[in-house]
Amino acid sequence: MTTSSVALAAPSPAGRLQRLLVLGWHRGRMEVLLFFRGTETVVFSLLFPVFALVIFSSMFKGQLAPGVTYSDYLVPGVIATGLMVTGFQTLAISIAIERDRGTLKRIAATPMPRSAYFIGKIVMVLVTSVVETAVLLAVSVVAYGTHLPRGSAGWFTFAWVSLLGTTACTLCGIALSSLPRTGRSAPAVVAPFAFVLQFISGAALVYTDLPPWLQWVASAFPLKWMCQGLRSVFLPNSYAVHEASHSWQLGWVAVALSVWVVLGLVLCPLTFRWTKTRNGG
Amino acid sequence: MTETVREPALTPAAEPQAPVIEVRGLRKLYGEAVALHAVDLEVRRGEVFALLGPNGAGKTTMVEILEGFRGHDGGTVRVLGTDPWKAPEQWRARVGVVLQSTSEFEDMTVAEVVREFGRYYPDARDPDELIELVGLTAHRGKRTSKLSGGQQRRMDVALGIIGRPELLFLDEPTTGFDPKSRRDFWHLIRQLVAGGTTIMLTTHYLEEAEFLADRVAVIVDGRILETGIPETLGGRDHETATVSWIGPDGPQSLRTTSPTRVIADLHDRFAGEAPGLTVSRPSLEDVYLEMIGAASAGTEAS
Repeated sequence: MTTSSVALAAPSPAGRLQRLLVLGWHRGRMEVLLFFRGTETVVFSLLFPVFALVIFSSMFKGQLAPGVTYSDYLVPGVIATGLMVTGFQTLAISIAIERDRGTLKRIAATPMPRSAYFIGKIVMVLVTSVVETAVLLAVSVVAYGTHLPRGSAGWFTFAWVSLLGTTACTLCGIALSSLPRTGRSAPAVVAPFAFVLQFISGAALVYTDLPPWLQWVASAFPLKWMCQGLRSVFLPNSYAVHEASHSWQLGWVAVALSVWVVLGLVLCPLTFRWTKTRNGG
Repeated sequence: MTETVREPALTPAAEPQAPVIEVRGLRKLYGEAVALHAVDLEVRRGEVFALLGPNGAGKTTMVEILEGFRGHDGGTVRVLGTDPWKAPEQWRARVGVVLQSTSEFEDMTVAEVVREFGRYYPDARDPDELIELVGLTAHRGKRTSKLSGGQQRRMDVALGIIGRPELLFLDEPTTGFDPKSRRDFWHLIRQLVAGGTTIMLTTHYLEEAEFLADRVAVIVDGRILETGIPETLGGRDHETATVSWIGPDGPQSLRTTSPTRVIADLHDRFAGEAPGLTVSRPSLEDVYLEMIGAASAGTEAS
């Protein structure tokens, strides 16, 4: 007992980091386990993007450009939307519910380093995103003949766009989770953001068909850049000229998503609450 | 008694006995409303201190300031020598908390929650022993969402004591317990106290305060009316006692300030035992209700 109290009283920076990573890992494992235990959550969050893909691609037929059908255009958009839904919408709602139920307050009363909670959430988002993307990609390859990313460069772009986009969405989800006052109102507060964005960001509708002012609005948010980055992976290079600025703008994709990551990192500590009300209740 | 002999071994020798909780002139505002007016409070190491008061009196505000969930607007607060609002992780490892509302852990099982929380503490109790201690062994594999109210509360208690805290906060811990569970819980608390844990309790059950607490404070409208031992609170020990017995003409009772003399007289009159003899003084509940009644009448008059 004495030895461990001493270790706790004077933790070395390396010891603290190790403790944080170990506890973060355990929380992540627990979050993933809990996610897969909630059967409805699994079914809906995995199937919803598949339904979206099937429904939208059956609504619009035809070619957008030589060799590019509407469903080809749709696949990267649906993958990006899926990433946004798990990282942003599902996460923000689940944190708001945990806050409402007092789970967050209970954790905050323990000596767990508070960052371990966020590491756990990030692990959960990453695992569920990978599973969901894999399911979607498999369906697209089989049903719509989607080509897998071209070569290692294609996979690399796929990886960094997804990772950076998911990170931005996750941080925004954590920041926004403090906006709903109760767990019950969380879906109503959070869902409209995700819903509107998927229509104006080139996820469900062709981006260049939108009026320019709406394109400008969409450019301010991450989803538009995630969709565009993923189109560069899944559409033939010849399609780049049909983009709004006649190129994939991968540099701008990186900049826009990074800006949102920074914004999220600034917002999270400012807005996050462990208790239901600001003064601790 | 044997306890006085054992005591030096239990308390770290020669440690200056600074109070575990030290509150001076504590003020707390919610907007314009004053929740706590210049409250003073001291809880000594190893004691069980109960905070009594009606709903909305400021009990939970007080406890949550001491737990570090809320800041304060005036005065000083020291818990284990630290301002709880700015306390580091190491401080939280020494403090156990049972919140007023039950925490939910959805689809996790009892054993999983206990094991997970155990990881956060430097010297956690053994999960299985702890589950046994709070009487949840039969439910260890059950999802927490499926537990009854009383079982969930016992899990809250388990999580409160898992880190072997020096100081344990119990905010209305036995709400929803049946009488048997409440007794079991009281004995568990007695065990913790015997092991040296200091306890800060809020409760609506006066018999709970009377059974567990070394000292009680009554708080009404954000002010502490009185602090004392349960036996003398509100001048209980000086109050008129009622002596009752069964006389030749049926039950009889007499209100008196000298019950011992009355009983001596009865002993003479019956030439031995008086049938059905009882001596009762106002219960803690009686004096408590009188105190808060007088306090609220005073507030209304001013």
